[in-house]
Amino acid sequence: MPGRPSFEKRSGMSLSQRHLALLLITPGLVLVAALFLYPLCFSLISAFSKDGSFTLEWFAKAFELYSTDMVFTVVIVVTSCALTALAAIVIAGTLTLGENRYIVGTLKALYRWPLFIPFIVAAQCMRTFLAKNGLMNNSFVSLGLMEPLQAVSYLDWRGIIATFVWKQTPFVALLLAGALASIDRATLEAGRNLGASRLRVLIELALPQVMQTLLVALVLSFVTMLSVLSVPLMVSGSQPTMLTVDMAFRINAYGDYATANALGVITYLISAGAAILYLRRGLSQEAPR
Amino acid sequence: MIRLAASARMVLAASLLAAFAFVLIGPILNLALWSVAERWYTPHKLPVTYGTRYWEQVFRPTGDAMASLGTSVWIAVLTVLFALALSIPAGYALARLKLPMRALFMLMFLLPQAFPSVAIYINVARIFYQLGINGTVLAVVLVHTAHGLVFSVWIAAAAFAAVDKDLELAARNMGASPLRAFFTVTLPLAAPGIIASGIFVFLESLDEFTGTFFVGVPQVTTLPLLLYNAAMGGNYQVASITALILLVPSVLFMLFIERFLRADVLAKVGT
Repeated sequence: MPGRPSFEKRSGMSLSQRHLALLLITPGLVLVAALFLYPLCFSLISAFSKDGSFTLEWFAKAFELYSTDMVFTVVIVVTSCALTALAAIVIAGTLTLGENRYIVGTLKALYRWPLFIPFIVAAQCMRTFLAKNGLMNNSFVSLGLMEPLQAVSYLDWRGIIATFVWKQTPFVALLLAGALASIDRATLEAGRNLGASRLRVLIELALPQVMQTLLVALVLSFVTMLSVLSVPLMVSGSQPTMLTVDMAFRINAYGDYATANALGVITYLISAGAAILYLRRGLSQEAPR
Repeated sequence: MIRLAASARMVLAASLLAAFAFVLIGPILNLALWSVAERWYTPHKLPVTYGTRYWEQVFRPTGDAMASLGTSVWIAVLTVLFALALSIPAGYALARLKLPMRALFMLMFLLPQAFPSVAIYINVARIFYQLGINGTVLAVVLVHTAHGLVFSVWIAAAAFAAVDKDLELAARNMGASPLRAFFTVTLPLAAPGIIASGIFVFLESLDEFTGTFFVGVPQVTTLPLLLYNAAMGGNYQVASITALILLVPSVLFMLFIERFLRADVLAKVGT
């Protein structure tokens, strides 16, 4: 590694130090190889082969049975990411540019609560909160905002999106607020002094400087949402559902590893799509302008 | 006029904040209500009878929940010990020693988090089944360790990188062996960051559902699995109480993380 001061000149033990470093890091790498790389190869082989020869049969079956769920999964995850981004921008923007210290203080104390709450707990919370007779509908009825007969259950795709946004917004907002706090205040003050509204300062001056952080947080959230099994299982039991539930069902009901792994490869491709979008933007940023 | 507009804006801001608080706290409040509701059915907006009957049921020494809590904590402790045993040497190598392909190794630890995990876990379960360890505590600990390793390795590396090198050199100059310098100077100074990573791994393990769902069933029932079974069985009270038990450490950690993870360590994570 360039620029890393080393002890080699002092002690002349560069070779043995390199060996020691590899020795120290190997046990951790072995675990990752055994529990991630090896199962990953397993899933690829299982998805693309039948009796030892190459086949796309499992993908055909996966598309035939679950194409609706594939669209459903992508729509849910993309919508959740978009809403999470919006909510996080509003929160982080208020924290950075807010002028009323009571509002900023209250928001700061509140917004992080769901940060480390496990998805399964969030799912249980939402199962009760968003039900037909849950606290949300009951509160609306009590406040006179809604007639009791209008109450509907939100425990379907809307419930999944609500749970994802509820759970992921603090994470994205935390990273975004951190990035916003470290940009040059003088530019923002200058914008304000020239008469720009706070909204305009946020959108035109502040956000472009922290876009990279926002995108990293969103790509991580995207993959997380794509991996969560408990939320679609618990919040929305009915069809259509997300691919994670379909995979669990293929295994538990039929022991059908081949189709489950084909679905798994499709989820890899969906998350790779998000990563590529992110990388392409990163590259276009670095291109000479 | 200006004052009127200003107070109208104030009222608008305050009501938006109240709506935000409702959305944020409402779901947790609903959970708390369910945990003390002995009877609650429509059209009642609040529980019909309150009581601690279900709490007593859950906390009865012979109850399922206490057994699950024991299993969960035992698995989390083993996971932390295992993850630290792997990540302290790895973190030191990444932070301090000359390591070829360092960026690649850093990435290797991140990969398990960067892939949709269900597809990996179903194959891990299949491999474990062939090895005959599916449904054992060992299987769950292994899966949780691989999952938590990115946090423990990256935070340990950041913690070691934040320790002043001159202090180590001073110890060496006074005749301490490399091993002695490590154990008396470097490790104690990096300890707060390493403890933070341990807490992080502990919580990740306590909260983990998907991996346990595939490699732990049916013998290993952790709290998240008990919560899932109770919720799917329609027992909202036990599900809510279990959820509250899981909620407490998560919220405490959220409130105190900044004490454990100092800014100078946090700034070095992932570099």
